[in-house]
Amino acid sequence: MNDLIINTENLTKKFGNFTACDNISFNVKKGEIFGFLGANGAGKTTAIRMLCGLSQPTSGHATIAGYDIYKDTEKIKLNIGYMSQKFSLYEDLTVKENIEFYGGIYRLPSKEIRERSKKLIGELGLESVQNKLIGSLPLGWKQKLAFSVAVFHTQKVVFLDEPTGGVDPVTRRQFWELIYKAADEGISVFVTTHYMDEAEYCGRISMMVDGRIAAMGTPKELKGSFNVGSMYDVFLHLARGTK
Amino acid sequence: MKKFWGFVIKECLHLLRDYRTMIILVGMPIAQVILFGFAIRNELDSLRIGILDNSRDNVTTEITSKLLSSGYFILDGYFNRHEEIEAAFEGGRIKEAVVFGSSFAEDILRDNRADIQIITDASEPNMANLALSYTSGIIQNYAASLSEEQQIPLSIGTEVKMLYNEEMKSVFMFVPGIMALILMLISAMMTSITIAREKELGTLEVLLASPLKPLQIILGKVAPYLLLSMINVAFILIVSTTVFGMPIRGSLLLLVAECALFIMTALSLGILISAISNSMQVAMAISLVGLMLPTVLLSGFIFPVENMPYALQVFSHILPAKWFLIIIKNIMLKGTGFAYIWKETGILLFMTAVLLTVSIKKFKIRL
Repeated sequence: MNDLIINTENLTKKFGNFTACDNISFNVKKGEIFGFLGANGAGKTTAIRMLCGLSQPTSGHATIAGYDIYKDTEKIKLNIGYMSQKFSLYEDLTVKENIEFYGGIYRLPSKEIRERSKKLIGELGLESVQNKLIGSLPLGWKQKLAFSVAVFHTQKVVFLDEPTGGVDPVTRRQFWELIYKAADEGISVFVTTHYMDEAEYCGRISMMVDGRIAAMGTPKELKGSFNVGSMYDVFLHLARGTK
Repeated sequence: MKKFWGFVIKECLHLLRDYRTMIILVGMPIAQVILFGFAIRNELDSLRIGILDNSRDNVTTEITSKLLSSGYFILDGYFNRHEEIEAAFEGGRIKEAVVFGSSFAEDILRDNRADIQIITDASEPNMANLALSYTSGIIQNYAASLSEEQQIPLSIGTEVKMLYNEEMKSVFMFVPGIMALILMLISAMMTSITIAREKELGTLEVLLASPLKPLQIILGKVAPYLLLSMINVAFILIVSTTVFGMPIRGSLLLLVAECALFIMTALSLGILISAISNSMQVAMAISLVGLMLPTVLLSGFIFPVENMPYALQVFSHILPAKWFLIIIKNIMLKGTGFAYIWKETGILLFMTAVLLTVSIKKFKIRL
């Protein structure tokens, strides 16, 4: 049980009469890349917001890194990284200031922030622009930096909400390399997307349709069970089934 | 606590990076005080007048010389006939004409009363009103001195006296108003915009997903603007006392404390606005229409509250600026202590408490 970083049971969120998430149950292991797929409005963002402590579930249970999402939201917040749909760095701060700011609000000691930000800037090859404003950097660099900042303080789990929206294929590729690297270091990655080619990169996938999990498994298993060649066809198959 | 300071530092960096806004925020208050103080004047200064003296006796000559030596009026010329007056007004040569009836001095001696006609150019109503009251003031003064001298009761009309601002210096009226306006602008509008910006950019969600508590986020956002507003208060006070000779008759400490209280009220208003708006444009529009306009028009800054229709008078009660103006005028011009303004202070405190409670609740629901 200890290597289950995310564990949910019948997690449900209702907005009035509308059920955004309907009895969702899944788990994510340590170092696993878990893809959360679905059309717009299928309930992906609602699910991610509940897991991050941004909204209260209507019913059901869940634990993140062993902490209960009703009782231990403060501890959960310390242990997770979160990258929102929109670009989440401050354009009018420099690369270094952004890293230091996010390190600071996660209560890392100043010395550690300095050492780790130096290491991070080195790894990303951003030494020459570390004192430049984020706004002046190309989107690809910003995106990679945003991800690195999201995992800067944690070794447990990071939630990515459609991180690659509006990014070109080459940058997306590089972005996924970063995700793989983080997973290799033992960080669990929970990623929502509606790009089906990205789905192929994930270790395991759950397909959301109208707030429910319609299918779950590795990309290979899913393709096999629907007897199709690509994740795109799996998605079409499931989406059509609801109409 | 450490993460909170990190947050405040980040907010200050935002402010400093946006140096154009910064210049406006610091420069505008000073510019406004100077503009209002120098350019927009309510007092009379060398107004051109004409005189038609049908009597030409010692009394009329003396009244004329009193008028002209007051410094408020400059003689354009004497008229010989009534028709010339209209021509002078139409030609724009004079703004006021004073007409003495014939046998003026004799009338005074015989009946204890005489008539003077004062004609003003009321196409500029404010100026006309002022000119009228200045002129009649001078004449009343003269009449009073005359009656003392000769031991005869002269008919004396109403006496006008301007308390606390004897010379009706307009800068005394404007400084408290500008202070309220600037503090509203910086505290309420800028705070609402800065929180709405984080919402719009999506960074607010990241902050909320972090260990920072909503209250810490709000306080961190507000702190730099609190500081900036206090700096502006200092600037306005320094400029208005040194350049325009505005007095601070009451306690400076009390004045600063009341300013801080008003800033808090404005800040909590700003937080509330940002809680109900999702973009910078919406926040700005609400602040401008909902805060700036009422503050300028209805708080008593330019138009006296007493002269408003009853409905607007009632509405003005919910404007923090109205109470702030009363407090400031009391401290600066009348020099009264806390005992005279505790009610207004209480109202501001109450408003702040209500606004803060509502906006923090709203902020949490949004999560």
